[in-house]
Amino acid sequence: MLHIVACIKQVPDTKIIKMNPKTNTMDRRTAPAILNPYDAHAVEEAVRIKNRYGGHVSVVTMGPPPAVNAIKTCIEIGADEGYLITDRRFAGADTLATSYAVTKAIEKIAKIKPVDLIICGKMSIDGDTGQVGPGIARRLDIPPLTSVNKVEEINQEEGFAIVHRKLEEGYEVVKSTLPCLFSVEKTINEVPYSPLPNMLKAARYKPHIWSVDDLEDVDIKQLGLKGSPTIVSKVWAPQKPAGGTFFEGSPAAQVEQLLSVLFEKKELFETKGEV
Amino acid sequence: MDFQDYKGVWVFIEQKDGAVASVSLELLGAGRKLADKRGVVLAGILIGENVKHLTNTVFEYGADTVYVYDQPIFKHYRTESYMKALLDCSDKHKPEIILFGATSTGKDLASAVATDLPTGLTADTTELDVEEETGLLLASRPAFGGNIMATILCKKYRPQMATVRSKVMKALPPQPGRTGKVVEETILLKEEDIRTKVLEIVRETVKKVRIDEADIIVAGGKGLGSYEGFQLIHHLAETLGGAVGASRDVVEAGWIDHAHQVGQTGVTVTPKIYFAIGISGAIQHIVGMKNAGLIIAINKDKEAPIFQNCHYGIVGDAFEIVPVLIEQFKKALSREKVSSTSEG
Repeated sequence: MLHIVACIKQVPDTKIIKMNPKTNTMDRRTAPAILNPYDAHAVEEAVRIKNRYGGHVSVVTMGPPPAVNAIKTCIEIGADEGYLITDRRFAGADTLATSYAVTKAIEKIAKIKPVDLIICGKMSIDGDTGQVGPGIARRLDIPPLTSVNKVEEINQEEGFAIVHRKLEEGYEVVKSTLPCLFSVEKTINEVPYSPLPNMLKAARYKPHIWSVDDLEDVDIKQLGLKGSPTIVSKVWAPQKPAGGTFFEGSPAAQVEQLLSVLFEKKELFETKGEV
Repeated sequence: MDFQDYKGVWVFIEQKDGAVASVSLELLGAGRKLADKRGVVLAGILIGENVKHLTNTVFEYGADTVYVYDQPIFKHYRTESYMKALLDCSDKHKPEIILFGATSTGKDLASAVATDLPTGLTADTTELDVEEETGLLLASRPAFGGNIMATILCKKYRPQMATVRSKVMKALPPQPGRTGKVVEETILLKEEDIRTKVLEIVRETVKKVRIDEADIIVAGGKGLGSYEGFQLIHHLAETLGGAVGASRDVVEAGWIDHAHQVGQTGVTVTPKIYFAIGISGAIQHIVGMKNAGLIIAINKDKEAPIFQNCHYGIVGDAFEIVPVLIEQFKKALSREKVSSTSEG
């Protein structure tokens, strides 16, 4: 039985979120919290591997208490168990402190059931870094495989995995020992609508909730803001350029003005390639 | 940690098929400025098999020193082997700053190295500066989904690390014959110590979309309303012989493939003409197209930030304006063709 752990994050829906122009901060009330879309693909891939080879899918996340809702979304997708680590001491973590805390949670999960494979999404839509996955792999001293867009084989008996890693012009086929960690591309799968039994299970499901004190061998200095080497020194709106010239009049009149401007600059249309 | 021990600005030189990646050349340009401001050496770190000849290119684009790890084990990029070389080099020569291209390889390597060192790592930087006295790296990037810029610092650790977006920094004009110091390094690394193996590299025969090379880009946003509405963008692009670009929302809605996404998490483009149609203009999009030669924005909302970042703006409904535009371009371009044929 494979034990697969998917690492997930609850994020504000940055497509909807509004900024407070006075403070340059996110107005979180304006955006619903959702499961990071990239992580849905990570959980889906874990579930597919489980369905193919047999196994158990755990999801783990660090976040505030409402992050249980993101875990419930993962149960809907087909995960079996969910773990939330939540504690004020985790707050303000950058990618290094985050990978430390999540690693401590995975080590504890591994004591309950040894872990064969860890799957992360490519990145989160609020942090946009993609650094936490490889960070966890290094801390656990297992191979990180990023840009995974196909899982060809997982062989638990012989202890290896074969995957495709996306390259700029194609892909490479890589074999790794197990356990290892994948960061998966969105193109790896499509997340279908959840079947009704999963929805029902998710509605009733209560994740395991751990604080720092529930984890083992934790160096408090490596957590949260204190454990983060990077700090945000300044948040700013980039200087606004002068802005454009507006054309006036009916659509046809505006287009005409635009064309007369464009055709004054004929060199713009001397293209490199075929037209 | 004594910061005095850490000196010099390094650029990880990404190479493939016997050539240096253009992002690495851009970073040498950016790194040169930082190194000069600090009065320190700019070094490239080159890892691979049969890559020694590339040191010339690295010098021509601004490096003073190149550290080279040229061993068969580095034939393919693998996180574990490349990371070990970089950690070895950093331990020995102690740089104050290491820059990587924000490519899949650069990000993969930087994430692993930063964890092991350990140190802070800023992702997808679009602006770089350094404090002359302290050597503190000021790495700025769009943050919080790209609505705002943030400057990230790493005050307590050295080296400081950042991945930097391609096509944002400028490479220096190469100086043929410019040379520097080559430092050849080796590490003892056996194949059986590396837990991953590249079995095969498959080049896709399908011609990939490379919108970063296009002269004209017609980009559409969620203002087009639907997949069907977005087809208008394709029509205008076809008319102009341009490429199709898209905002993040459009890609996430599945109207078009990610290869067409312009912006922080997509591609940075510098075409001669950029049409932004139904794109509101979040910073995450703007950083990907602001260096275009001529930016034309079409949007219903007069207050949309895109109008602050364009040369010419049309306030109106794309479904009224773009069809007129297509029709007029068709007329104008066929006139051009006729006149050029008659001249020729």
